[in-house]
Amino acid sequence: MNTLELQGYSGRVRELLERENINIGDEVEVISNGRRYRGILMARYELADPNYITLKLPNGYNIGIRVTENTVVSKISAGVRPTFVRPPKPQTLSGLPNVIIISTGGTIASRVEYRTGAVRPALDAEDLLAIVPELAEIAKIDTEVLYNVWSENIQVQHWIGMAEAIDRSIRKGVDGVVLTHGTDTMGYTAAALSFALQKPPIPIVLVGAQRSSDRPSSDAATNLIAAVATAAKAPFGEVVVAMHKWHSDDVIALHKGTRVVKLHTSSRDAFRSVNSRPIAYYQHGELKVVANDLNPRGSNEYVFKPKFDGRAFLIKFFPSMKPDILNILADMGIKGFIIEGTGLGHVSSDWVPIIRGLTERGIFVGMTSQCKFGRVNMNVYDSGRDLLKAGVVPLDDMLSEVALVKLMWTLGNLGDGAGLEEIKKLMLKNIAGEIYSRSLPNTDSW
Amino acid sequence: MEDYSSIKLKVGLEIHRQLDTKRKLFCDCPTEEVEGGETITFVRKLREVQSELGTVDAAAIFESKKQRTIVYHANLKNVCLVEMDEEPPHNLNPEALEVALMVALLLDSKPVDEVHVMRKIVIDGSNTTGFQRTCIIGIGGEIKIKNKTIPIQMITLEEDAARIIEVRKDEVHYDLSRLGIPLIEISTEPVIESPEEAMEVAYAIGRMLRATGKVKRGIGTVRQDLNISIKDGAPIEIKGVQELELIQKVVENEVKRQLHLLRIKEELLKRGVKKEDVWSAKPVDVTHIFSKTSSRIIKRQLEAGGVVYAIVLKGFAGLLGLQPSPGIRLGAEIAGRVKAWSDVEGIFHTDELPNYGITSEEVKALKDATGAGEYDAVVIVAAERDKALDAVEVIKERAAEALDGVPEETRAARPDGTTVYMRPRPGSARMYPETDIPPIVISQELIERLRARLPKTLDVVAQQLVEKYGLSKQLANDLIDSEVVEDFEEIVSKTGVSPTVVASTLTEVLRSLRREGINVEKITKAHIMRFFELVSCNKVAKEAVRDVLAAVAQKGQNVDQIIDELGLWSPPISEVEDRIKMLVEEHKQEIFADEKKAVAKLMGKLMKDYRGRVDGALINSMLIKAIRALKSESDKF
Repeated sequence: MNTLELQGYSGRVRELLERENINIGDEVEVISNGRRYRGILMARYELADPNYITLKLPNGYNIGIRVTENTVVSKISAGVRPTFVRPPKPQTLSGLPNVIIISTGGTIASRVEYRTGAVRPALDAEDLLAIVPELAEIAKIDTEVLYNVWSENIQVQHWIGMAEAIDRSIRKGVDGVVLTHGTDTMGYTAAALSFALQKPPIPIVLVGAQRSSDRPSSDAATNLIAAVATAAKAPFGEVVVAMHKWHSDDVIALHKGTRVVKLHTSSRDAFRSVNSRPIAYYQHGELKVVANDLNPRGSNEYVFKPKFDGRAFLIKFFPSMKPDILNILADMGIKGFIIEGTGLGHVSSDWVPIIRGLTERGIFVGMTSQCKFGRVNMNVYDSGRDLLKAGVVPLDDMLSEVALVKLMWTLGNLGDGAGLEEIKKLMLKNIAGEIYSRSLPNTDSW
Repeated sequence: MEDYSSIKLKVGLEIHRQLDTKRKLFCDCPTEEVEGGETITFVRKLREVQSELGTVDAAAIFESKKQRTIVYHANLKNVCLVEMDEEPPHNLNPEALEVALMVALLLDSKPVDEVHVMRKIVIDGSNTTGFQRTCIIGIGGEIKIKNKTIPIQMITLEEDAARIIEVRKDEVHYDLSRLGIPLIEISTEPVIESPEEAMEVAYAIGRMLRATGKVKRGIGTVRQDLNISIKDGAPIEIKGVQELELIQKVVENEVKRQLHLLRIKEELLKRGVKKEDVWSAKPVDVTHIFSKTSSRIIKRQLEAGGVVYAIVLKGFAGLLGLQPSPGIRLGAEIAGRVKAWSDVEGIFHTDELPNYGITSEEVKALKDATGAGEYDAVVIVAAERDKALDAVEVIKERAAEALDGVPEETRAARPDGTTVYMRPRPGSARMYPETDIPPIVISQELIERLRARLPKTLDVVAQQLVEKYGLSKQLANDLIDSEVVEDFEEIVSKTGVSPTVVASTLTEVLRSLRREGINVEKITKAHIMRFFELVSCNKVAKEAVRDVLAAVAQKGQNVDQIIDELGLWSPPISEVEDRIKMLVEEHKQEIFADEKKAVAKLMGKLMKDYRGRVDGALINSMLIKAIRALKSESDKF
């Protein structure tokens, strides 16, 4: 008996099932409390009460039956374990652009899984193509399964791996890259790839879903179609995120990789461009580019710099927060801080001496604002000027998360020997549209 | 009238009723209709998915094939991100769970040990998620009618679907206000044996549900689905019967339909028709025949660049148009199927032609072009080419099924009691577990707590009304069915007026006023209470009740003003006494000659004076008293 097969069952219920040689998917009969049930034994959520078994009745409903000393469970017939059957892959048409879909996991690639009773990544790029056959009408699709991880488990090494995989595809001459990604940290990855793959000759489109692909209402298909179309046809070579503009399935916004954050936990329109507008929209099968000053497709200024050093730290300041934590972190080996300060870029005045100590040790301290929208300016108030004197570098209108990723990239590329001035110079240089010198009013109301 | 036992009619009922809980099943939105409020609209697409068993449901494929854009209208006063499928469901509403468990206990059904919320795939757009959340609460149970016990299959709790507002060519519009209202579903075993019995069972279940005091009332709060089969027929699911009274008619019609289809099968077999004949038929382009047609439907299609295809159904002549009862014929079955699958309107068959602007010359040309013989029927479809070819396949499919008799399907009830094809019967493949909601253990303590406070059944309530107030059984049930028992008890206890008078006012009187077209919604309990207060202190006669309440509803004034205006105040009792005395004195002779006749005459005079102002019974007793007095006085002499 393969005990690994009885997913979610433990203790005496598991023993009972093993004794009867019953497995998930078998047709069983259960007699409990004077009632007779017939159905298919289903896997159980591991976190649920261990004294119950889950049965799928012939009408498709699942119920939980409490197992007591008097409960009798017997096997009627062995069943087939439920598996996902991939629909046939659509035929490829000739004369279409080449697009590669690289999958890394996340909701877009997830479906029901019983280990925890939640959804788990289980579909790869190939499956997605089979589920959304329309993609084959837009481009000739290649697929690559790079990772299968939830986005909260993404590490700096994954960014490097993704950048390398994309770079390989660029060198192979594809017309566009689509990267499927969990949405939670997709904004960070988009920034990382923007710095690692500068001025790419083709569009690099990150795409995710807020509703898993095993649901009829999943946003995966519409997002994916827009992403593939953008990768295949967009006139720009940029790292972008393709997600719903609003609650409707009609318009997909394409956000610049260094300008995008997830601002909602669950809604389809979770991703927003901050301090800028989306650079394009995909609607009714058409891509409408609204930004100018984009890197054109086919440009030959492509730079590949896939190095990151994870020893950077993002700190959100709050009232009464003590600065000692900075020293402790520095002692642990942190080489640079991004402080998300208040308003125009402030922290409590008792932070000034500590920060001065850090910069004197050659540790970078940059300032962004927890206001999310707007630009830091540390010349307006005394407290700002004191921080400047202590060596804090104001990071303009850069998003905090983007500044953090950029610092990791800067540390990675300059190496351990880099001086503070060198780091500062690179941090303040606009690499991939993360710094805009002009601030515009918010006209994209939401 | 059919002999339902000889054809082995078996009917199962599914009764759906909205629960009157404070909030929706999976979010905190109110379950009441809310007027006004900011409304937003958004659009969605749904696509079919595989179930956890790796199969795709036939009903889901059917809907996804139609690929309509879905437009949702959300009133933000009773719709939040949960109904918009933009936020995971909150926990299962405990209030709704308790009501459902209570219903299970009332029906002697066994509550499940652990509730698993499921996703039932429904991708017509009525659920933003593409599935309806549903869970089994109880298994088994029974409901008693007259001399029979009907076993209950199961009791489920589910979220109500969005209300369809409009269907356009490529768009369907839904209002989300109703989505998520808790809905209890009670399904019986298919053991009901006659149309009347089906109605009785639905009525009995309805009464039991109302006993909980936790179900919604009024339009759209109840929906009944029926499963109907007869010997050699097929299980047919009929959805959306709103009125109780329609159940009987729907069952009768479905029996007629199935019997008709069985007779057609027999006839086809007798004629030697085979399925292969149907399947091998090739569509013929007959557009040229109709180039100058006066059929408006075909003309419109041709003008839009469409074509006309014909398909020969060998051996079907006469069978498509055969109509044993209004709306029941094979032609209608085929047209319904085509309309549902390929959205094609222009479909005709030779049994009904020439007609609809199609001439006999065109029919002849059609038969020549297709080589149809005397015993063959020809069906034509006018539509754009792809749709027309699609429709031809659907026609062949349905025609071939005629050789099996009754195809299994889901049908929709129409207000006249007939039904129309809706979709294939969904299977168990459309069930997924709702992974956003962990299983809920139903503890023995909860069950015992609910058992201790089970509501009285309405039969018990009726019996108590009879015993306590001396009402007739019929009037007691009438109070219950009109849902005014509490108002009744309050008015009787506060005014002391005869319970029968109050009860009939709350039921018969209001009902007859409504029948006359009077808006009785304007009459409140306070109006009725005030009226009976005046009756109890002899200020007004109970006979005035109809006139007063009618005027209240029509004029919107209060009871006292209305009585003023209609001059219905009772005169002082002494005035009536004096008038009676005078009359008796005047008619002395007649009274002595024939008392009975004289009383009738005097009552007539008095009622003419006091009708509606003084209680007739009171006048009568006063008159008798006055006559007694007269007689005893005269005896003295």
